[in-house]
Amino acid sequence: MKELKVLSIVVIFTLVLYWGVEPFAHSQMHKHVEFNGFAYNGKSDIEQLDEKIKKINEEITELKNSGGKDIKTKIADKEKELNELKAKLDDTKKFWAEINKVPKGGDAAAGKAAIAACVACHGIKSQGMKAPMDPNAAAAAYGVNPPDLSNAGALYDEKFLIAFLKSPTHAAHVKKLAMPGGLAGDDKNAANIVAYLKSIAPKEITPKEAFVTACGRCHANRYGKWTQIGDVPKTKSNIKTGQDIDALKFKEKVADYQGKLANYMGKLPPDLSIIIRARSEDFLKTFVEDPQSQLPGTAMPRVGLTKEGYEKVISYLEETGDPSKPKREATGPWVLGFFVIFSLLAYGWYKSQWKGLK
Amino acid sequence: MAHFDENARPFSNKWLDERIGINTLKRVLSTEYWIPKNINFLWAMGMVLAATFGMLLISGIFLLMYYIPDTKQAFDSVNYTIMSQVGYGWLWRHIHGVGASVVFLIIYIHMFTGIYYGSYKRGRELIWLSGMLLFVVFSAEAFSGYMLPWGQMSYWAGMVITNLFSGGSLHANGLVEWIRGDYIPGQAYLGRFFMLHVLLLPLVIIGLIVFHFGTLRLPHVNNKDGEEFDFAAEAEKYKAGNKKESKVIPFNPVFLSKDVFVMGIYFIFFFYLVFYHFEFAMDPVNFDPANGLKTPTHIYPEWYFLWSYEILRPFPTDPGLIAFAFAQVIFFALPFLDRSPNVAPANRRGIFKFWFWALLVDMIILTFMGKVPPVQPWSNIGLVAAVTFIALWILLPIITKLEKKL
Ligand code: HEC
Ligand code: HEC
Ligand code: HEM
Repeated sequence: MKELKVLSIVVIFTLVLYWGVEPFAHSQMHKHVEFNGFAYNGKSDIEQLDEKIKKINEEITELKNSGGKDIKTKIADKEKELNELKAKLDDTKKFWAEINKVPKGGDAAAGKAAIAACVACHGIKSQGMKAPMDPNAAAAAYGVNPPDLSNAGALYDEKFLIAFLKSPTHAAHVKKLAMPGGLAGDDKNAANIVAYLKSIAPKEITPKEAFVTACGRCHANRYGKWTQIGDVPKTKSNIKTGQDIDALKFKEKVADYQGKLANYMGKLPPDLSIIIRARSEDFLKTFVEDPQSQLPGTAMPRVGLTKEGYEKVISYLEETGDPSKPKREATGPWVLGFFVIFSLLAYGWYKSQWKGLK
Repeated sequence: MAHFDENARPFSNKWLDERIGINTLKRVLSTEYWIPKNINFLWAMGMVLAATFGMLLISGIFLLMYYIPDTKQAFDSVNYTIMSQVGYGWLWRHIHGVGASVVFLIIYIHMFTGIYYGSYKRGRELIWLSGMLLFVVFSAEAFSGYMLPWGQMSYWAGMVITNLFSGGSLHANGLVEWIRGDYIPGQAYLGRFFMLHVLLLPLVIIGLIVFHFGTLRLPHVNNKDGEEFDFAAEAEKYKAGNKKESKVIPFNPVFLSKDVFVMGIYFIFFFYLVFYHFEFAMDPVNFDPANGLKTPTHIYPEWYFLWSYEILRPFPTDPGLIAFAFAQVIFFALPFLDRSPNVAPANRRGIFKFWFWALLVDMIILTFMGKVPPVQPWSNIGLVAAVTFIALWILLPIITKLEKKL
């Protein structure tokens, strides 16, 4: 039929248009970052260094070929940078080679005995160990509140944790981090502590708990009523004055914490209420796996989530940032069904009206 | 004074006819508004547009109940209050967002249908011009609406577009500040775009739709062959029962039944997008709150403005602005630049056939290039496409003058 031909032309042009402004444009705007399935073995760290070394080498050859004035000092600067990068590459390779050698599965009982090294800074609520300091005091001391470790064994990758205890900056892939390395002693002892953390980890963790442990010390989530120092408390205002002093006091504490955190990180980490709609799935997963891969030089640490831990965090971000998803899925079929029936009836009407016209 | 029957029941047909001429109105606007039989579903796009505008209006009214035009609260009033606290607020928002995007798709289909079949020619110039006015005001409506959530793209697209009014080396910064009501987009800016979006522009649109419909009544709509015939004579045939021979049908109920069917199919597509594929209409960047200190990596307008944006972008500032201004107004001139008397589908019109498809493909290429970052090879492709666009319009009077009369 002629009309279907016209329709197919319209549809084809529309699809081409869609392809150009969505998939094609996005493929051009965002760099491709490889996803490693939440395996932490230094692969992307080494690749990024290789990339940088390659670039500097190119710059040096370019400088040498250009033959301009004072290139000697410029080349010397670049070569110094190059040597630093090469040293860093060796160091990174060595670190991860050692980590990759640590056998899985430590002795939880031995780990329990060694945990005193940790509770000087961290709380483990599920084991009745309260945090030694409140968040504000902790931020004054370290710049950030050390997270409660009750759920750590369930959320973080085992190998990552061993690496983190050995050297937090290597594991988290950042320049500086407030927790010192080597607290656990040797690799074997670190594996024991990790085994202990795994042994106390609860079977079920809610999405919110996952978010609070992994991201909550740095990121607020105002739609989820979460601040970096805890949930926004329910407070009452004075009936006579209309002022809510407790709420103001809480706000002051948050502001104080955020100021210290911003000093520590160089900037205030963004609120993640609706980040699920502001970033693509692909960005979030590669970014959380290794923040440096998407934002080179960023102060956000690699937190070392396992796949399951990541999914928990994402489901919390969906709850706060895209809460209508279940309702959409429930309502959609009914509305579409309505219009299908509507169209069928309209088709009948159309056919009856046009009968005998042609 | 006219005669008013004492016995006519209030609001009965007779009672209404004596007061507002209801029977004449019905005849003139519906049952004896004659439509050519020889038309396809593309002629239903006008009613589809009217229906989509209706959806935008209704969903907009619901959003307006909770939206707060304050730079500190706007973002959360939309993304938190409407999206999660108001019952079905998300549905209204997604209808509004998808509607705003899809309305432009349909407008472009509607425009290119008009161009293809020569529906802007002698007798129908005012239909075309009123349609173009609708296009321009719809563009302003879409742009002002995009400011309201006060996200990163609202802020930065607003910054970039209002900057255009400085006129390049004219440095008319006073004009830019006058438009913004401030040095940078801020409260005054948001307040005035809010007013434009929810009051002034919708009023103008409604007025223009009425005018557009008015301009259609006497010339009648065109048909697939551009055939000119005597509507009165054909209508007589129809009324006499020669429905098969007659070339016309009444708008109501005969053509309307087809319009409604096409609308049904359209709404399946529309609500499929609303429920399952709305992301294309709601840019992720706009889910980051506006931040005047952090320029987003990529700033680009919504997809329906990309082609004209790309006519601006590949040139140096001043020629770019002139080319951009050219692109904004040139479609208005179509009825006067097309010098051929032929009213016929483009594929029967010699070189014009190539002109039509070249324009369409060129605008699609411009659209693609308008979104990707300005790096090679895209910048060069964009430049060639922009020059082609201008060349096509300069060539139009010449090739249509040479066209053989059919
Ligand atoms: C001097 C205080 C201090 C001590 C002692 C300490 N930590 Fe930490 N820890 C921190 C701080 C501060 C952070 C948060 C650092 C950041 O996010 O920048 C942290 C973070 C962590 C994290 C989160 C890592 C991630 O991926 O987000 C884990 C797990 C952890 N510590 C485990 C331990 C264990 C196990 C011990 C004992 C061997 C320990 N910590 C001892 C201060 C300490
Ligand atoms: C130790 C503090 C810290 C922790 C823990 C942390 N982040 Fe971040 N995050 C930051 C900082 C700082 C930034 C800002 C980065 C920048 O702009 O360079 C950031 C930025 C982000 C961004 C925005 C990136 C962009 O495109 O601008 C996302 C998304 C994000 N974090 C997600 C997470 C998630 C999910 C978690 C938990 C799994 C998490 N972060 C844990 C500090 C942290
Ligand atoms: C929301 C905006 C608009 C609405 C609601 C609208 C509505 C309509 C309707 C109902 C018709 C008659 C049915 C049909 O032919 O489709 C029509 C015809 C027409 N419109 Fe529009 N229109 C709009 C925008 C435009 C624009 C932007 C243009 C182009 C500049 C345009 C140009 C025309 C032309 C040329 C016709 C005559 C078609 C013919 O004679 O075959 N309209 N419009």
